[in-house]
Parts: sequence; structure tokens; C-alpha cells
Amino acid sequence: MEFGPHLMLALLEGAVTSAVLALTAMGLSLVFGVMRVVNVAHGAFFMLGAVAAWWIAQLVGAHPALGFAAALLAAPLLVGAGAMLADRLILARVGYDPERTIVATIGLMYVIEQTVLMGFGPDARPVAPPFDARIALPWVERTAEGLALYWPWGLSITAYKLFVIAAAAAILAGLWALMTRTGAGLVMRATQQDRDMARAFGVPVSRVFARVFGLGAALAAMGAVLVVPIQQAHYLMGGDPLLLSFIVVIIGGLGSLPGTVVAALLIGMTDGIVSVFLSPTLAKIVATLAVALVLVFRPQGLMGRARA
Amino acid sequence: MTQPPRPAPTRRRALATFGAAGAAVLLGDVARMAHSQGAGPLKLGFQVHRTGIGAAYGRWYERVATAAVARINDAGGIAGRQVRMIAEDDGTDPRRGAEVLDRFANLHGADLVFGPLFSNVVIGSAPRAAELKMPYFVVSEGHHVASGTLNRYTLQPGITDVKSQVRSVAPYVAANIGRKVTMIFPDFAFGHDHREFFTDAIAAQGGEVIAQIPVPPAETSFTRYFPRIPRETEVLYHVMVGPAVLTFVREMGEFFGGRGPALFGFIDSLEAVDIASPGLEFLEGSHLWEGMPRFAQPDQTGHDARYRAAVGVDDTGASIDDPRDVSTYAHMFGVWETLSVIKAGMETAGYRGPSDRPALIEAVEAMTDMPLSDDHPQGDKLFNGRTHQVFGRQSVSRVEGGRLIRVHETSVEDTLYEDEVDYTTRPF
Repeated sequence: MEFGPHLMLALLEGAVTSAVLALTAMGLSLVFGVMRVVNVAHGAFFMLGAVAAWWIAQLVGAHPALGFAAALLAAPLLVGAGAMLADRLILARVGYDPERTIVATIGLMYVIEQTVLMGFGPDARPVAPPFDARIALPWVERTAEGLALYWPWGLSITAYKLFVIAAAAAILAGLWALMTRTGAGLVMRATQQDRDMARAFGVPVSRVFARVFGLGAALAAMGAVLVVPIQQAHYLMGGDPLLLSFIVVIIGGLGSLPGTVVAALLIGMTDGIVSVFLSPTLAKIVATLAVALVLVFRPQGLMGRARA
Repeated sequence: MTQPPRPAPTRRRALATFGAAGAAVLLGDVARMAHSQGAGPLKLGFQVHRTGIGAAYGRWYERVATAAVARINDAGGIAGRQVRMIAEDDGTDPRRGAEVLDRFANLHGADLVFGPLFSNVVIGSAPRAAELKMPYFVVSEGHHVASGTLNRYTLQPGITDVKSQVRSVAPYVAANIGRKVTMIFPDFAFGHDHREFFTDAIAAQGGEVIAQIPVPPAETSFTRYFPRIPRETEVLYHVMVGPAVLTFVREMGEFFGGRGPALFGFIDSLEAVDIASPGLEFLEGSHLWEGMPRFAQPDQTGHDARYRAAVGVDDTGASIDDPRDVSTYAHMFGVWETLSVIKAGMETAGYRGPSDRPALIEAVEAMTDMPLSDDHPQGDKLFNGRTHQVFGRQSVSRVEGGRLIRVHETSVEDTLYEDEVDYTTRPF
């Protein structure tokens, strides 16, 4: 493939990766920012979202678009509700102690994975995309008669992938509005800045925690519902999103929401370009190396504030 | 939320518990020893990929193994003894695979172990089988058995290896599909076998592999690999495994949009996948290798029909109970035929207990012709006792109207190659 179309394809693939990653990492970042909980079960919530999407699409049957729409609405709600329950039953009981919550969420991850394995089984299952038109993209080449358009092999995107990018952007815009324009967001931000002071002002911190944990898991689930028509639901699919989300959150700055979006774009695009031109394994190496460098030279992350 | 501490166990109670547990273990051993020589059922350990990336194969391998054992028992067992199959999940993981062998040897007292498919599990477990002196009948297609990498205790009498498969179909590819080939394959032992042997085999036919694209076996997204396919490619040779094969094939179709090179694939890329799935329409007219045709062919044998009925598969290769549950038909016959070989070997060797394991292996090594029969429904075969590998016919099928129609069948002779090892000279 020539360089131009190749780069274009890399950027398109990178944009899809970034979009899903931004949603997933945002959930992790939000939970850490507000609750100071490192949620190792985040990838499991992602996987749960994908599996729930498959289940709901199966139940609805009918047209794929109908099943998908139902999944996009219901799966994040289900997963979010499950996460709130986990917060009440587990995290609240260990007092949100940083070390104990890490161990607790590792346990939670295994419980979720094994439960899904027992109920859903070890197979990968597809969800039909709501629409699936392939859009071939043209490129210019210099011919004897000057510049001409042509359609290279493989330079294409599906309408669904474009929808993923748009949907992720819309959900992130909605999240931004929630955090900055509503009372619920105000309470969350207050809790993030100083939970004792927030409590003194009458903020029901424990209820805020449950909601934030649910919202974080629901964001992961939304990312998963968007990705499941492209990939497939599988009980081990949470590993990669978890690793990449951690990378994004560390590079962006723990708890910084704008930083998370910037880092997701950065990592997603690098992943797209490096993996298309060189190799996908190298892309993971580059991302992990970036984390190491950030931790050494700018431990607070690109957009995080250094803590006094 | 503190709870009152539970009373610590007293020294006396703890001793009693340990004593009881120890006695139970000892008694179990005694009972096992009493049964190990010539009495009670034969215990066949089944190492199965119930979970992990091989799960789709594991599900069907287990159904076939269950059906084959039931058939053996209905016909009076092996030398008059009933057979008990003990299945253990290896998670498609090599380390776990070796642990499973230990469990078969030490916990279950199995007479032998059979059944794994994934080459990483086989290569990881086979050394342990030799240490435990446990006959290990693999159903894995990898060339590692015949290459001499493994050991005298590891045999592959039920399924052919990749080297013989690719050598025998290469002439068809060069003559009918194209000569400039790009290969895309999983980046582990199984895929490397394809890479090595097909590259040589197509060169011998005057063709050429112009690019090799390895993909990590746990990959979930593939579009990023396709741009490396050179434009002058005439044939794209694809083989993929794992839970994401449907994504792989669908993204391949999206990438080319109907204008790409001709496709020649190994059915592995579509095992357990409904060929009529949305997004796979582009496969129409493309060719696939099959170890055994998934769709019942017009010249179907009675052996194939009886085997299908026994393992619960209909004429399209799907489960009789659920048409969406597509089988791994091109591979799973290997489990059935392996159990036929085990039965024949044990009966010839006069197998009574673990001390007869070398005799069992020698009995299998002495086998040669395996004619088409209900024991060998895939077709006639030739077993090579020196390399511990069986050879058999291969099919090339074309997708026509969403069905796989066989367009070429190789002979057994087409698949033969020179011995690379003589296991019979190695000590037990």
C-alpha cells in the first residue's frame, strides 16, 4: 500500500481506538479522581458491558439496529447498577482504604470473569452492527494527465466505525456537561477536591461514591457496547482495555478528565499509526514506555496538578 | 462490621483432621492400586481446552470424545473392560497443560492421556508426559510430533500434520488459484509450521510467497495487518485461530470490498463459524482446505453419515440441537479416530495396567494401514510408527451458495514426506 492511503487508514483506525479508549479510560479516571480507588475490575466491567449487549440484542431479536439501540441504553444501566451494588457490598466495607480496595477489586475482577464464564460460556459471540455500509475512500495520484482520483485497495471505513467516533464524542460531551453544569457534577467535584469538607457541607459522600463507581463502570460498558459489533463479546476481552486505560490515565494525569481525553487521543493515534506501519506489539511497547517516561519525568501526568 | 473471632481450632481437633485426611488419601491410593492391574474400568485422561482461546474446539472435541467412548463401551469396551473418560480443562495454556498431566498421573491414576489440539499446549505438556511415562495421544495437527521435537510417549495417530496438509494442497493452489502468494497466519508454533512448509511447497510448484504476515494469536482487531499485503498478490493464504476468527474474516472482507486477491484459507479461520454469517458473503467463490468436509457431500459415505449422527451434527456441520452451534468438523474427527487407535492398540498389546504402557506404544508404532471404516470415518490412512504421525487425504472446498463444496481431494501418497525422526530407536 502506498504511503498516503496507508497513513489515512492508520489515522482512521487510530480514531476508532481513541474513541472507545477515551470512554473507558474516563470511567477509570473518574473513579480514581473522586474516590481515590484504583479499580482493577474496570476491564471486567468493560467485558460485562459487551456480554450484556450480546444478551440484550439476543432478547430483543428483531432488527439489528433495534437490538443494538436497546443494548446501548440498557447495558450501561445494568453494569452501572451492578457496580453500585459492588461499591455498597465491598468497597464501603473496606472503608475505601487504597491498598484494600486494590485487592478487593482484583477479587471482584475474578468473580465477574468466572461468573461470566459459567453463565455465558467461553465462546466469542458477535453482535450485529445496526448498519454496516462500507465506505471506500478515494486518494489522489499523479498521472500523465495530472492529478486523478483513484480508489486504493483497503482504504475504507464502515459507516458503523464513523458512528462509534461520533457517539463517543457525544457521550464525552454529555459527561462534561454533567460534571460542569449540574448539581450532581458539582457535588462530585466537591467530593474530589476535599471529601471531608464536602461532608461538612452536607454532601452525602457515600451516596456520591456509589454513583461515581456506577458511572465509571457504565462508561466502560458504553465503550464496550460500541466496540462489540466490531470485535466480539468474550469473557477474557477486558485485559487490553484495562491495561490501555491505566496507561491513558497515568499519562493524562490521575483524576484529570481533560488529560484523560488528550492522552486517549495520543495513545489511540500512536497505537493506530505504529501498529499499522510497524507492528501492534511494538505499539504496546511504545505506550508502556511512554508511561515509564511520564512517571519518571512528570509523575503528575500531562495535565494533572502536582499535589502539595 | 466486626465479627466475634471464631474460636481457634484446638490442637487435638487439628490433629484429628490431619489424621483423617491422611487416612483418606492413603485409602484412596490402596484402592487405586488394587484396581490398577487388570480390574475395573480403564481410565482415559482427556486433556481438553474447555476455556481460553481454544474453547470452541474444546467444546466439540469433548462432544466427540464422549460419543466415541460411549460407542466403545456399547460395543463391550476395550478387551472387555469398560472405559471411563476423565476430562480436565487445560485453559488452552501450556503451563496448565503440564499440571493437568500431573493430575491425571497422580490424582486420577489415568492409564493414558489424549485430546489436546493447540500446539503450544502440546509442546508445553509433552516433556511432562515423557517424565511421567504417560502415553500422550495428541490431536493437534502440528508438525512437532513428526519433526522429532517431542518424545516416544507422544503420538499423533488420529489427525494429519500441517506439513503434509500444505504440501499436498500446494499443487492445486498453484495450478488453479494463483502463484504469487501472501500468507497471513497466527504467530506461534502452528502458524510457523504453515509459514515454513507452505513457502517451500509453493516454491516447488513454481510459485512464490511474496509476503508473510504474522498475527499474535490473542489479537482481536485485524484491519491494521491487511495494508501489508502487497498489491501484486494473486492469492491470499489465510489461517487464523482463536475466539476472534469471525472478526478476522469479516474485516478481511471489509478491507478488500470485493476487489482483493483470490483467497485460499485453512478452515481454521472459519471453524465453529457459520459460513452464512452476515458480512461473510465475500467468501463466495473462495477456496478452503478442510481436513474433513463440513457439509455432507453428494458422495457421502455411510461411515460419515453414522459418525455425524453419533456426534450430533447435521448435514451442514452444525449441531442437531442448535443450527447456530457450528462444529469444528474439519478437526474433531481426529478425536474419534484417536480413540479407535487407542482401543486397537490396547487390545493388541494385551494392556492390563500402567506397566503395559510401553507395550501399548509399541503396538501403536507397529500399525500401518487404517482403512476407511466406522473407526476411521474421515478416510483411509497410513500410520508411520517411526515418526508417530498418521497420513491421510485432504480436501479443498469452494464456497458456493453459502455451502462448502469439495472440488479436489488429494491421495494419501500426496501427503507423504521423508522421515525426520525414528522414535522407535529411543528408549522408554
